[in-house]
Amino acid sequence: MTNSVLEGTMRSRPVYGVLEPRPGKAHLIVADGEGAGAVVDLVARAGETAPAMLARTHIIYMPGPNGTDAFESLKALGAAQAFRTHDYSTAQPRLKKVLGDAHMGLQIYTTGTEGLMGQVLRDVMEAGLPAQAVQTEHRGSTVRRVQCVHCKGITENVRTDPFQCSHCGLHLFVRDHYSRRLAAYQGVNIDAEDPGEVPPAVERFK
Amino acid sequence: MGLEFNEETFRGDFSFKNSPKAIKRFPFPFPEDSYMYSVNMEPHVPGPKGSVFEHTFDVDEHYVSEMRDRAMVLADDPLRCQSLPHMTLAGWDLLELIMESKARDYPHWFELHKNGNKWHWINRPLEIEQKFTFLDETTLPCGPLEYITRQTQGDFTLQDQRDNNLFIEAGMVTTQADWSLDFDIGMSFQEWHAPVPMAHELGVFDRALKFLLKLQLGAPVRRFNWTMTVDPLLDTSPENYPKWGPTKTTLTMDNIGRRQHLRVELQTLHRLPRSNAIAFPIRAYLISFQDLVTVPKWARRLHRVIRDVPEPLATYKGFLRNRPLMVEYLSQFDDGKPTSPGWWPEPE
Amino acid sequence: MSVGAPKIPVVVAEVVELNPLIKRFRFVRTDGKPMPTFSGGAHIVVEMDDNGTRRMNPYSLMSDPTDTSGFEISVRRDDAGRGGSLYMHNHVRPGMAMQVSHPVNLFGLDLRAKKHLLIAGGIGITPFIAQMTQLEHLGHRFELHYSVRSPELGAYADDLKSRYGDRVHIYYDNQKHMIPLAELLEGQPLGTHLYVCGPKGMIAWVLGSAEAAGWHPSTLHSEEFLAPPVGHAFEVELAASRKTITVGPAQSLLEAMEAAGVDAPYLCRGGACGQCETDVHRCDGSIEHNDHWLTPEQKASNTKIMPCVSRFHGATLVIDR
Repeated sequence: MTNSVLEGTMRSRPVYGVLEPRPGKAHLIVADGEGAGAVVDLVARAGETAPAMLARTHIIYMPGPNGTDAFESLKALGAAQAFRTHDYSTAQPRLKKVLGDAHMGLQIYTTGTEGLMGQVLRDVMEAGLPAQAVQTEHRGSTVRRVQCVHCKGITENVRTDPFQCSHCGLHLFVRDHYSRRLAAYQGVNIDAEDPGEVPPAVERFK
Repeated sequence: MGLEFNEETFRGDFSFKNSPKAIKRFPFPFPEDSYMYSVNMEPHVPGPKGSVFEHTFDVDEHYVSEMRDRAMVLADDPLRCQSLPHMTLAGWDLLELIMESKARDYPHWFELHKNGNKWHWINRPLEIEQKFTFLDETTLPCGPLEYITRQTQGDFTLQDQRDNNLFIEAGMVTTQADWSLDFDIGMSFQEWHAPVPMAHELGVFDRALKFLLKLQLGAPVRRFNWTMTVDPLLDTSPENYPKWGPTKTTLTMDNIGRRQHLRVELQTLHRLPRSNAIAFPIRAYLISFQDLVTVPKWARRLHRVIRDVPEPLATYKGFLRNRPLMVEYLSQFDDGKPTSPGWWPEPE
Repeated sequence: MSVGAPKIPVVVAEVVELNPLIKRFRFVRTDGKPMPTFSGGAHIVVEMDDNGTRRMNPYSLMSDPTDTSGFEISVRRDDAGRGGSLYMHNHVRPGMAMQVSHPVNLFGLDLRAKKHLLIAGGIGITPFIAQMTQLEHLGHRFELHYSVRSPELGAYADDLKSRYGDRVHIYYDNQKHMIPLAELLEGQPLGTHLYVCGPKGMIAWVLGSAEAAGWHPSTLHSEEFLAPPVGHAFEVELAASRKTITVGPAQSLLEAMEAAGVDAPYLCRGGACGQCETDVHRCDGSIEHNDHWLTPEQKASNTKIMPCVSRFHGATLVIDR
C-alpha cells in the first residue's frame, strides 16, 4: 500500500466549502492568514442580518504560515469579541474554554489553511459536535501538516514532496490520505525498499 | 499443548511453518483463474468439518505463537490497539461473541461460566483464568476489546453505524496488510478505503457499504482478501515499513519458494447486539509458495492470477517489483491445463 | 426473506391491557435459547396469521435490552388501519405460538453524545423506554419530554416518572400542557443529540424547530414507521419472477409478492430502511411514493419503488423482482 504514489485525490481528502451565514444563537469563527478575507465575505453575505450576527460573534484569528496577518480587517467588523493570537497552540486553550461553555445552536466557521481547519475540527469533535456541523473554507497557503507514519511525529507547513521528517529524519512522500482525528496527511518513507534512492524534492504545496 | 500448537516465530529466524494438515485446509482465495475486486460476500455459516469455516472463530496450530507475536508488537507500540471512548460497549459485545463462540466450539480449550454478570473465563492454551464482571471495565486488566483480542487470532476493527455510514472507531491491528489503525481510526467507510485503487470506480465500496448497513444480528457474512508478503511476517505495518520493505529486494529464484508467502485474509462481519456496531475480524493465513504449489490446481491458478493482475493492483498490494520473479517461479508448476471453478483442490 | 437471520419462534407469555387503546405483549422463546440482547431503539417484525392473511408489522422493543428471557412491545389499536393492530388486540392471547424477527435498529443512540434529549409523542414512547434503560446502565445523561393526550392514555408516564424522577417530563394535551420546545432547544450543552418519535406532525415540528435554532441535522434523529396505506387494487408485473400479480386494496405490494411466493427482501416494512428498494423497468402511470427512503429526485423519476408502502395507479408497472 505504501508505495502507491498515484496522483489524484483520495476520498479521505477533506472537501472545503464556502462560508455561509446560518441561523444560530451564537457564532464562533476561527481563521488564519488569508482566511480573514473569507470572514469578511461571510459577514457581507449576511447582509441586513450582519449587525445581529456580529453582536453574537466571537472571532479567533492568527497569522498564516506565510506570515499574512489581516487582523485589522477583522477588528473593523465590530464583532462582540475579536482576538488575535500568534499560533494555534496559543489559541487552543481559549477555543476549548469557549466550546466547553457553548450550547447547541452555536454556529462554528473555520477558514484559512488546512492545518488550522483540521485542528479546529478535531477540537470541535472532541467537544462532542459532529465534524459535519462545522463550516469550512480554504484560503491561502496550501502547505500541509503531515504525520510521519513511522515515528508519529507531525511536521508542520510541509512544502515539498518528498520531505524529511522533522523528528526522525526519514525521507517521506506525502500521501493524499488524510486523518481528521490527527488533522494531518500521511507521510511514508520513500526509500525503504531502496535505501538512499530519494527522488528530488518538488515544491507541491505553497 | 505442544502437540496441538506449533512452537514458531514470525520474526527473526522465521521458524513459522504449516503442517500438511494446515496446507490442506488453507483458504485459497481464488475461485477462478483471474482476480478483480468485488463485494464477494457470502453468509458466514459453518463450513465442512476441518475447514477454516467450521467454526465462527478458527483456532489453529499457530494460535499460541501468533498471540506471543501480538504481545511483542503491542509492547513496542501500544497504539496498535485503540478504542474511541464511545466504542467500549462494542468491545464488550465482541468479547461476549468471542468467548461464547470459543467455549461452544472448542470446549476442551476454552470455558465460560456465567452467573449473571459475574463471568469466569478459562483459556487453557494461553494458561489464562479470569473472573470478571461483564460490562465493568475495572474488573479486567485492560479494555474488553484488547483483553479478548490478545487471545484471538486475526486483526479486529469495530465500526460504529450512524449517518448512513460506518466509522472505524476501535481496533486491534498487529497483523495487517500495510495500513495504520492509528492513522485511520475515526474515518468513514469511504475514507479508510481511500487508498485502494480501482475499486471505488467499480462501485465496490458503495455496494459493500449499502449491504453492511443492513447487516443483521445473527446473520454474519464473510469474504476473502489477499496480498503478498516476503517471509512469514505478521506485522507488515506501515509503522515498521522501513524494517520490512528492504526484504522485498532480496528474493531470488533460489529462495522465492521458501520466502515468498501468499497472505490470505478471511474477513468476517458481525452485527453486534448492544452497541449496534459491526465487528470486522480480519484473520490472516500465510502459506509459502513452495507449500502452495503442492496443490496442483492452486499452483496453476496462482500463476495465472499473478501474471494477469492489473498493475495498479499489484502496486497497491506491494509486489509489482517482484511480479516477474513470482511469475517465473510459478510458471514451472503451470502445465496450461484447465482448472475447475471454486477454490477447493481438484479431486485428483 | 429478511436477509439471512432466522426467525425466532416465540409464544405469547403475557398480554396486558394498559388502557382502552394500548396493549402490551411479552414474547418468550420456544426453542430454549436465550433472546438476543439488543440496542435501545431497535424493532422486531411480528408475523401474524390472520385467517390465512399473513401480516407482518414492525414494533419497537421496549423491554430491558439486556433481558434475554423475553421481548416486550406495546401496540396501539388503529381502528382505521389495515388490521395488524386489530389482530394483535383482538386475537393474540397468552399461549399463542408466533414468529418474530431478530432485532434491527434504525433509531440508534449516538453514544458520542454528551447528552441525549428524548422527545416522545403518544405510542412513540416505546423505543425510548428501552433507550433509557440502556442509557441508565451506561451512565449517560438524558432527559425525556413525553407528550400524550390525557392521563388515561399516558401509558408508562407514572412508571417512568418513578424510575427516572426529574429527568422525565410529562405533558397532557387535554390539560393544555405543551412541550416548551424553543426553551429546550436553547439550553442544551454542545454535543447534545436530539431524538424524536411520535406522530408525523410532531416529528416535523421538532426537527424543523431544531434546524431553525441552528442544530445540525447530524445531531437530530427521528423514527416514524408508516403503516402501508390502503388504496385501490393495482396490477404489477414482476420481471425476474415472470409473474403478474394483483395487489389488493388493503394489501401492500410487498405482501402481494410474498403471497405469490416471491422472495423479496425487507427489514422494517415501514418505508424507512431502504432494504426493499426495487428498480422499476416500466411505469405507464404514477407511483404513489409513500416512503421516507428515496430522494425527491428518485421519486420524481419513477425509476425505483419501495414495495413495503408504495402503490401505483395507471396502465402498466413492471419491476425488477
